[in-house]
Amino acid sequence: MSDNLQQFVELLPQLGEGILVTLELTLGGAVLALLIAFTLGFGSRARTKWARVPSRVVVEFFRGTSLVVQIFWLYYVLPLPPFYVELDPLACGILALGLNYGAYASEVVRGSINSVAKGQWEAAIALDLSAVHRMRRVIMPQAWPLMIPMFTNLLIQLVKGSALAAYISLHDLNFFTEELRERTSDTVFSYTVGLIFYFVVAYLLTLAMNALEVRAKNRLGAGPSLREVLRLAPVQTTADVGAGTAVLTAPKGGDRA
Amino acid sequence: MPENDTTPAIQFQGVIKQFGHNTVLDGLDFSVAQGDRVTLIGPSGSGKTTILRLLMTLEEADGGLVFVDGEPYTHEMRGGKRVPIPEKRRSLVRRRVGMVFQQFNLFPNMTVLENIIEAPIHVLGKPKAEAIADAEALLDQVGLAEKRDERPTRLSGGQQQRVAIARALAMEPDILLLDEVTSALDPELVADVLGVLRNIAETTDITMLIVTHEMQFAREVSNRVLMFDGGKIIEEADPETIFTSPTHERTQEFLRAIL
Amino acid sequence: MNEAAWSWAHAAAVLPELLVGLRITILATVVGMVIASVLGLVVAVVRRSSLRVVTMPIGFLVEFIRSTPLLVQLVFANLLFTQFPSLAIGCVVLGIHYATYMSEVYRAGIDAVPKGQWEAAIALDLPRSRTWGAVVLPQAIRNTLPGLGNYAISMFKETPYLFAIAVVEMYTAAQQYGAGTFRYIEAITMAGLLFLLLSYPTSLLVRRLENRLA
Repeated sequence: MSDNLQQFVELLPQLGEGILVTLELTLGGAVLALLIAFTLGFGSRARTKWARVPSRVVVEFFRGTSLVVQIFWLYYVLPLPPFYVELDPLACGILALGLNYGAYASEVVRGSINSVAKGQWEAAIALDLSAVHRMRRVIMPQAWPLMIPMFTNLLIQLVKGSALAAYISLHDLNFFTEELRERTSDTVFSYTVGLIFYFVVAYLLTLAMNALEVRAKNRLGAGPSLREVLRLAPVQTTADVGAGTAVLTAPKGGDRA
Repeated sequence: MPENDTTPAIQFQGVIKQFGHNTVLDGLDFSVAQGDRVTLIGPSGSGKTTILRLLMTLEEADGGLVFVDGEPYTHEMRGGKRVPIPEKRRSLVRRRVGMVFQQFNLFPNMTVLENIIEAPIHVLGKPKAEAIADAEALLDQVGLAEKRDERPTRLSGGQQQRVAIARALAMEPDILLLDEVTSALDPELVADVLGVLRNIAETTDITMLIVTHEMQFAREVSNRVLMFDGGKIIEEADPETIFTSPTHERTQEFLRAIL
Repeated sequence: MNEAAWSWAHAAAVLPELLVGLRITILATVVGMVIASVLGLVVAVVRRSSLRVVTMPIGFLVEFIRSTPLLVQLVFANLLFTQFPSLAIGCVVLGIHYATYMSEVYRAGIDAVPKGQWEAAIALDLPRSRTWGAVVLPQAIRNTLPGLGNYAISMFKETPYLFAIAVVEMYTAAQQYGAGTFRYIEAITMAGLLFLLLSYPTSLLVRRLENRLA
């Protein structure tokens, strides 16, 4: 065991690199996915079918083809005719992750906007608020907290998907795990360490998303503030409209994309 | 603002509205004069709420024309054809109509004050300071001045509804639509809301179109009562007459059941 | 020139290889989902126990498996259990990984059974096994069908991870063809299209099922 630990310590720089690359893939992929999600999410809700149909086609295409196929397609096929585009492997990874999870996330955007109570739309119409204004000031602030739990799920899946990067010549955490195994010749030790680090990354991201959710719900007056939750200070009770108590929740499970 | 004092505030001409196979309004004609306080009564599904929703452009009529202050609202006749009016023009008419909903529908992500000033600032272009001053006056009028910085979720149903009334009035509408505004409230909160509405009826000459089950209130505030059934007006009179001696059998039946 | 961008001849040639791989894909999906469904149910029921010494470790294990990459788990298991065929290992790891999702689906399905059902069973003095077997589970399972369908489709699209443990499912078949002929474009594109062709209509069916059960 002490041998293993010594090898592990020697490989710490590689661990650092691995975590960094995994984080780059995760955050890059997540930002791209978010942009794509809102673009396609709004696109699928557009009045005109010239926006709606292409959006839905793109969404179903990236949801229906596998992430593995997508990432290898970008890596192996894009440099070939007729494209001749040679993407940097990191860009490959971020693009594949962003497109794939962005498509899933767009359904979350669409569904959450549709979930906002009909009365809110009607009140905004009654006040003659313009469509853009209505979305910006009334609907989106209420749809956003609904999106966060499902985004958290997708973010964790994105981190897991980033492990493919090791197979497109990136030195991510998965690559480090294999490096460690080669050094120590101890499969159980190395892979347990690797999995633990993935778990820590996922757990920290989940905590961050949960904090985001608490803050978003608080802005709606539908839950305690982050400070109240962290200090476990007494929470003020909420009345009927839009009520929901938000507490730091464990990672939410079993949700189909 | 209407051209002269005799232009009807609201006019329905042959309005048809269908939901799927169900024809709720079948060629409805009626008009409401400026300053009228009209209560619509009748069984559910008779079309009363649909009329309000058409006036707020929450629904669109399938046939016929609707006029507000003498101006066509959602459709007009051009060269003998019924054509839709573009959104920009509808918007200008829409802001003369205000609505208070059964479910209040306050915006939970804004404070009470922000709820009230949102539309005046962004739709009417009122300067912020003026909008705030006017909003505070309205909150005073509905008895909730001290709640200006509260979130709607912290208020009782009755308080939320009074804020909703203030929010509608902040747009300075010519016409106020009230859609069963007390039906979702606990009984002890109803009186405060009705009190506010009574106050508005007495101190302003805003045209009001009311759908309600509160018959006592309707008697006090309205000058006309319209009984609806099957999408048609089957009886119309002043409150005293219709509540004490209704002539139509259906009206008698309905009033007997609810009074 | 040999460098034609797209060759229909190759697209046609790769297809039979893909279909052979598809059989493995479907096999892995079916076996994996059977394992996931059964194991997931067991986990869901066990987690309802009031013994924290039981629920806490299981809860942690479920979270750990759910939050860490399937890909890494596959490689790990394959390196460790050299005595077993890789396909079997692949199916089992898929099954365990997805059991963590399924346990959540079952939990939600069980929770969605109205409390009144439990209370009626108690009032009738039914033994616990009858309560579960005859009253709660039949209703809970109905709730879980759409989730099950969606995760089956999800697993189907994750079988390509088996490339990492040298199991020749549909994607690996494409990659092998590509490596052999340098015609990656037809191989991988056709594989992607096949995935789309199979998963999209299935997802529509699951959506329809969802609407019917709602």
